[in-house]
Amino acid sequence: MRKIKFRDALREALREEMRRDPSVFLLGEDIGRYWGGAFKVTEGLAEEFGDERVRDTPISESAIIGTGVGAAITGMHPVAEIMFGDLTALAVDQIANQAAKIRYMSGGQAKCPLVIRTPFGAGVNIASHHSQSLEALFMHFPGLYVAAPSTPYDAKGLLKTAIRGNNPVLFCEHKLLYPIEGEVPEHEYTVPFGVADIKREGSDVTVVATLYMVHKALKAANELDREGVSAEVVDPRTLTPLDKEAIARSVKKTGRIVIVTEDCKTAGVSAEIAAVVAEEALDYLDVPIKRVAEPDTPIPFSPSLEQYVIPDEKAIIKAIKEAV
Amino acid sequence: MRRKPLTQNLTRDELVEMYRKMLEIRLFEEKVFELYAQNLVPGTIHLYAGEEAVAVGVCSNLRRDDYITSTHRGHGHCIAKGADLNRTMAEILGKKTGYCKGKGGSMHIADFTIGMLGATAVVGAGLPIAVGAGLSAKLRKTDQVVACFFGEGASNQGTFHESINMASTWTLPVIFVCENNLYAMGTRQSRVMNIQNIADRAIGYGIPGAVVDGNAVLAVYEVTQKAVERARNGEGPSLLEFKTYRQKGHSRVDPARYRPKDEVEEWLAKDPIERFKSELQQANILTERENQQIAKEISRKVEEAVKFAVESPYPAPEEALEDLYA
Repeated sequence: MRKIKFRDALREALREEMRRDPSVFLLGEDIGRYWGGAFKVTEGLAEEFGDERVRDTPISESAIIGTGVGAAITGMHPVAEIMFGDLTALAVDQIANQAAKIRYMSGGQAKCPLVIRTPFGAGVNIASHHSQSLEALFMHFPGLYVAAPSTPYDAKGLLKTAIRGNNPVLFCEHKLLYPIEGEVPEHEYTVPFGVADIKREGSDVTVVATLYMVHKALKAANELDREGVSAEVVDPRTLTPLDKEAIARSVKKTGRIVIVTEDCKTAGVSAEIAAVVAEEALDYLDVPIKRVAEPDTPIPFSPSLEQYVIPDEKAIIKAIKEAV
Repeated sequence: MRRKPLTQNLTRDELVEMYRKMLEIRLFEEKVFELYAQNLVPGTIHLYAGEEAVAVGVCSNLRRDDYITSTHRGHGHCIAKGADLNRTMAEILGKKTGYCKGKGGSMHIADFTIGMLGATAVVGAGLPIAVGAGLSAKLRKTDQVVACFFGEGASNQGTFHESINMASTWTLPVIFVCENNLYAMGTRQSRVMNIQNIADRAIGYGIPGAVVDGNAVLAVYEVTQKAVERARNGEGPSLLEFKTYRQKGHSRVDPARYRPKDEVEEWLAKDPIERFKSELQQANILTERENQQIAKEISRKVEEAVKFAVESPYPAPEEALEDLYA
C-alpha cells in the first residue's frame, strides 16, 4: 500500500470532503494561498477551492470559532484551524459554551457540525505558549467530541468522519506527527468515532497511549519484546467518545496497565483512563495502575528542560517493567 | 388640518402591527414578572420592558428567513421575530412544551424555524455567531441578513472588536444592534467607557454607524431599514446604537437602587409604547377603542400562554440526558 505523511493524509481528507460537499469550507489564520497553514496541512487547497472556501482570517480566535458556530448552525460544515493548541484558550467560550452547548440548550433544535483542527504537543523547542497538550480540557465539555489520531490512516479516516458528522469536534493533532509516514489506501474509507485500535497485540501488559505517545509506546514495546515482555498497545483514537470496552477488554486479558499521555498528569487524559479501568476492570488488575505523563509543569524552552518533562521511551519501559 | 404622515414607507396596518407587537412584549413581560413573584418561574429573569421599540423596530425589517442572535434579555427579540407566546412562556417556566424542552429557560430561547438562532447568556458571545450566520448566507449565496442584538456592556468584550472587524473585512450582511440601556447590570456606562456613543466605534471598522433614539420605534425602523438594505445588497455590516432604558431592574427583583430616581422618571416618561400610541392616535391611525380592543386581545393571548405553560408537564428527569449529540 502507498505511504503518505500525516499532514498529507489530513489534506486529502479536507480535499475529498470539499469536493464531495460544497457546504464544507475552511477558515483560520494563514491557511490560504500565501502560507498554506503553519504546518502546511492546507497547502494548495486555496488554489483548488478559492479564497472564499479556504478563508484566511484575522488573528481573532474567538471570532474564528464563533463564526464557525454561526455558519454550522445555519447549514454549513466549517473546518476551523487554530494555529496552535494553546491558543484554543482564547476561544474556550465559543468552544465550550457555544459550540458544545447550543444543541442541548436549544432542546435539540440546533446542529453544530463544526470541526476545530489544532496541533498540540511539545518537542520542537517553542516553549510554553506553543507546546501544551490540552485534550483533557475538552473532554470536560459535553456536546463536544474529541478526536486524537496517531497515524496518517486514522487522521484521514477520523477527519472525514468529523466533517460528515453533525456535531462539534475538537480534532487534536500533534505537531511531531505531521511528517510521520504511514499506509493510507487510495480508496474511500472512514474511521468511526469511539472505536479504539489495537496498534500492537500483546499478552503481558496493556499500554494505552494517545497521539504521538502511541509511537513511543510502540518503540518501547518492540524493545521489551526482545526481553520477553509482550505489551499490547491500545490507541483510543477518540477521547470523546472513549472506547471504554476496548480498554477494559485488554486489561482483563493482561491484568496490567500502563497509561501514556503527553498532557499534565493531574486531571489529565491518563486520569480519566485510569478511572475507567478502576471502574470497569479493577478486579482483573494484578498490579496497581501506572501512569506516564507530563509532570504538571508548563512546557519549558531549553531542549534539556523540555526533554525532561516529555515522557520518553525510557520512562515508558521503566513503567512497564515495574508493572510486569 | 393636514397631518404629516408618520413615515413614508409603512402602511396603516403595518404601523398598527408594530404597535401590537410592542404591546405584546410589554404585557408578556409584565405577566412573566407576575409569575415570577408567584414562584412559578425557576431561576432568574431579565425583562425587556422599556426596550420594545428596538426589537420591534429592527425585526419589522426582517423576513422570516433572516436571522437574529439574542441575549440574556431576549424575550422581546423572540416575540418580535415571531416566536409563539405559548412555547416561549412554557420555556420560561421550564416545561417540556417550551421551545427548548425546558433545557434553555428564559436566557436561551431559540426557534430555528423563524431564524431565531438562540440567546447566549455569555455577554458578547453572540456577536461572532451572528458573523458566522452572515458568512453562511454569503457562501450559500442567499440574500438573508442577520440582526445581532447586544447591549452596551457587550461592546467592551473582545468579541465585539473581533466580530465587527471580521464582518467589515468580509462585507457580511450583519446589522450590529447595540441596545444601550445605560447600565451593564449595576455599572453605569460612564464608569467603564470614556465615550458616550458606542456607534462612534463604527469608524474604526470602516462601516456606517448611527446613534438613534431607541424609544422611538419609527426612528429605529427607518435606520434599520437602510442597514438591512445595505446588507441585503451585499454592501456589508452597520453598527446601530439605540439609546433606551430598561424599566425594571437587571434581573429578578433587583430594585435598581444604583439608578437616580429622576433618571428613572425621565425615561418612564419616554415610554416607547405610550409615545408610539399617541403618535398613532394623533395621526388618526389608531382610535382609543381600537387600542383597547388590541390590548384586550393581547391580554387574552398572554393568558392563554400562561394557561398553556402552567398546565404543561415538566420534562421527565431523564430527558436531561437527551439532545446532546445530533
